[in-house]
Amino acid sequence: MHRFANPARFLKIAGRIRPFAALVAVLTLIPGLYFALFASPADYQQGDTVRIMYIHVPSAWLAMAGYSTMALASAVALVWRHPVAELTARSAAPIGAAFTLLCLVTGSLWGKPMWGTWWVWDARLTSVLVLFFLYLGYIALADAFDDPERGGRAAGLLAIVGAVNVPIIKFSVDWWNTLHQPASVMKLGGPSIHPDMLLPLGLMAVGFTAAYAWLLLRNVETALLERKLRMAELADLDLAR
Amino acid sequence: MSGFFAMGGYAAFIWPTYGLAILTMLGLLIWTMRRHARAAKLVAELEARRPRRRGVV
Repeated sequence: MHRFANPARFLKIAGRIRPFAALVAVLTLIPGLYFALFASPADYQQGDTVRIMYIHVPSAWLAMAGYSTMALASAVALVWRHPVAELTARSAAPIGAAFTLLCLVTGSLWGKPMWGTWWVWDARLTSVLVLFFLYLGYIALADAFDDPERGGRAAGLLAIVGAVNVPIIKFSVDWWNTLHQPASVMKLGGPSIHPDMLLPLGLMAVGFTAAYAWLLLRNVETALLERKLRMAELADLDLAR
Repeated sequence: MSGFFAMGGYAAFIWPTYGLAILTMLGLLIWTMRRHARAAKLVAELEARRPRRRGVV
């Protein structure tokens, strides 16, 4: 972890990983879309709506991965004061929020034809909605202070406290058995989903994750540039005094 | 082909899902690239300005 703390070193590593992530994203998302829309069977109960899963489930995973990134990076930033960690948490927030929104909307689009309703206050849906609001709260709080460092610390605390929601989301389908179906991929005893459907899901999941990695790295790089600009501005103010 | 677009009668739910997914991905990509281009340009300007300022101070 400490090796990445040095911004110059981080930039070097990020510059190496990013093209690789872009390549993986392109090479999995294109065949992923092909299998998801053309070359996979309709479900025997859900018909073609099962194709919504290939978008809905990867975005749900990224919603969780984004929040986990944010909470972990915030913890590292609070303990060791690494600037790259704080910028990582800040950068993960809008990306994770976007995928959480995509997860909620596509879930609605799946719920209407299959459950007969766009929305229900089921534990899984409610806890993911709370996740979305935690993201929004983090983003608002991080920018609410004139001193970005103070904002980062306050928002970081929110991210860490809110992390309790992540296992609640994961296990909500087991603890409160309501409308949302339980896990069928990441569960004990292996996935209970047919290989013909696991293939497009796997491709899309890898593609979404690679795209997320690319976006995150690029935004941390940008945040480092913006930090440099801010510091130069402060130095200018000092000179003007 | 029309059968494909009909998606077994669920076209109204499946196509918006894929449209929104592509929109989200492209939106994030464009936002990220623009933000980076803007910051990179400002840093380049700053670095071009710096040697001169050093001479003054």
